[in-house]
Formats: sequence, structure tokens, C-alpha cells
Amino acid sequence: MTAEQTIIPVTAEAVEAALVAFLAERIKTEVAPDRDLFSSGLASSMFAMQLVVHLEESYDIAVVGPELKLDNFRTVQAMTGLVLRLRGAADAVGDG
Amino acid sequence: MSADKPDHRLAIVGAGVMGTNIAALAIGHGLPVVLVDVADAVLARARRTVTQKLRHAQLMGALPPGRPHGELMSSTSLDDAADATTIIEAVTELPETKAKVLAGVSAVVRRGTTLISNTSCIPIDEMADWVTRADELVGVHFMNPSYLIKMVEVIRGPRTGEATMAAVSGLLASLGREALVVRDSPGFVINRLLHPLINSAAMLVEQGVASVEVVDGLLEGCLGHSTGPLRTADLIGLDNLADSLNVLYERRADESCRPCELLLTKVREGNLGRKTGRGFYDYGEVPS
Repeated sequence: MTAEQTIIPVTAEAVEAALVAFLAERIKTEVAPDRDLFSSGLASSMFAMQLVVHLEESYDIAVVGPELKLDNFRTVQAMTGLVLRLRGAADAVGDG
Repeated sequence: MSADKPDHRLAIVGAGVMGTNIAALAIGHGLPVVLVDVADAVLARARRTVTQKLRHAQLMGALPPGRPHGELMSSTSLDDAADATTIIEAVTELPETKAKVLAGVSAVVRRGTTLISNTSCIPIDEMADWVTRADELVGVHFMNPSYLIKMVEVIRGPRTGEATMAAVSGLLASLGREALVVRDSPGFVINRLLHPLINSAAMLVEQGVASVEVVDGLLEGCLGHSTGPLRTADLIGLDNLADSLNVLYERRADESCRPCELLLTKVREGNLGRKTGRGFYDYGEVPS
């Protein structure tokens, strides 16, 4: 079900915009980038795992170890930061 | 943590939604698990599901920090369950299936092995007739997802022994679960209340009184349910729900437990809830 293999450019603006669009489609709400999806009741614990899988598949990253925690998925901003951090780490390894 | 932690070894029979849930819970708490089902393909899929569920548990901070995971083994033979200290039966809610599995398990385990059924509705005392030692059988109704919901319903059958109650209590403590104990009855407490509620919610949708979202929205918004009945149904699995309602209806003749047409239609169409990506709601993709 990951038909959309379009490469999303990995800038903060692009990741944030893609996430806002994804959330609008899945939870039918336009969310502000700093809105806590879980404390506001917009997202469930089951949806949290779908966010993990969505980010991994969209940005070719692996969220593992200490990065696999709810705080990294609470807001669009936090998820954007996670993607950039993990992509940055991957790029650094690639350069080395 | 006490130093004299008993050495639990689990065998879970049935690698569906609940079997993989309980396996993830146990492994995440450091207990080794043998997962038994009928086909290698089912077990391969179950292994991937357990891995995803363990990740989900970690994501939600539901696992004890610093505890190494238990080993997951899988097998298509009940013989590989023989060495377990506890067997958990989590197969389809059909009496003939449970009878076959429980009799098979009972034949291979040694005396003193705790035999748990994760039955939804079939009374423990009915199942006690299918095993060799009725005093070693007890019901534990784990919730879904088992690794996120701490409370479990423990069902003490009329023939369940003291030693078995003590053993199950020790096991649940090792799994970080809290238990409330009830007496035996079809559906016990939770499903005797929950299943007719879900069936009635589906009937309201079927009759056009309200949409799926409105029924759930009212129970969530007005009654404070964290998950509405129809979303809960999708989580349980609509095939399991229909089977369980039939068990209740056959034993209690309560019309509110006769599975409604909308539910049966969804089951016939293969829209079984979250596990197939669609039930009362559309999940867009199969989550794990």
C-alpha cells in the first residue's frame, strides 16, 4: 500500500508540509505543527505506530533504540526533527 | 524486583491477534515464548507482527526498562509446548477448535503446568471437561493490545485449584499485569457487558439511527469511553466478535447477543476490522 514512491525532498518545510497533509487525510483535522496529537485526543496509541511506519517508509529511515519513543511523535515539529536527525545521521554515514 | 523470580516459560497456542499480543507482552517482559500454530506461513507472519507489537510497546513506554527481551520460538507441533511452565490457549472462539487444542495440549504437558485459556465467552467449566486435569485450567482474559492495557480479567472456574490461582497470580505479576478475579459464566463480566453493547451499536447503524462515527462519538464524548464500541469491535476483530456473540446467544438466549446482519455482512465480505484494514472504519492499510 505504499504506491506513492514519490521522493519527498527532505527539508524541514517539505517534511512538515507532507506531515500536515498526511494527518489531514488520516485524522481529518488540519493540525498546527506544535499541536500535541496525543494529549489533545486527536490521535490514539494505535495511530502512533502507524506514524512510525509512515515515516520509516516515506523517508527510508529506521526509528529504533532510544529514538522509538512517543515524544518524537507528539507534534509535527517533533516528527520533522526526528526525520531530519535520522536522515542527517544516514547521510553522515554515507559520506564517511 | 525480587531475586527469586520464578523461571517462567510460556507456550502460546494460536498466533492470531491475541496470541501475538500476549507473545509481545511476555517477550517484552523477558519471558521466553514458544508460539504454536498450524502452518509455517502463519508463524512467519506472526513473528513479524510480534516484532511490530514489541516496537509499539516500546514506543508507548510500556516495557520495563533495561530488561532483555525473552526469546521467541515458533513451532507447528504441540509437542514443543511440553516443556513450558504455562500454556496459554488463544485459538478461535469455536468450542470444537478449543476442545481439540486443549485436549491436545493437556495430553503433552506434565502435571503442575498451568493451563490458561484466553477465552472470550466460553465458560471455563465447559473447557475443563476437555482437559486431563481440570484443577490446572484457569481463564485469563487479556485485553487488546495486551502490552498496553495493564488490567486483565481472571476467571476462576468451579474446578480451578488453589495452586493454579497462585501460579497465575505469580505469572501475571511477572508480566506487570493487574488482575481482577471473577466467577465462571458465559462471557464472564467484560464480554457479557461489552459484546451486547457492540452488537446494539451496530444495530443502531444498521437501522439508520446514527452513523458509525456518531454512535462512537456519543459514547466517547458523553459517557467518557476512551474508544467507542464500533472502534473497539474493529480492534477485537469482527469474526471473533460474531463467534463470541454466538457463544453468548447459544448459552443465554439473550436476543441482544444474536449477531446483527450488518456485523455478519462485514464478516462475510472479509472486512474484519483493523487486522484486514477495514471494518466499521477504513484504516487505509494493515497496520502491523
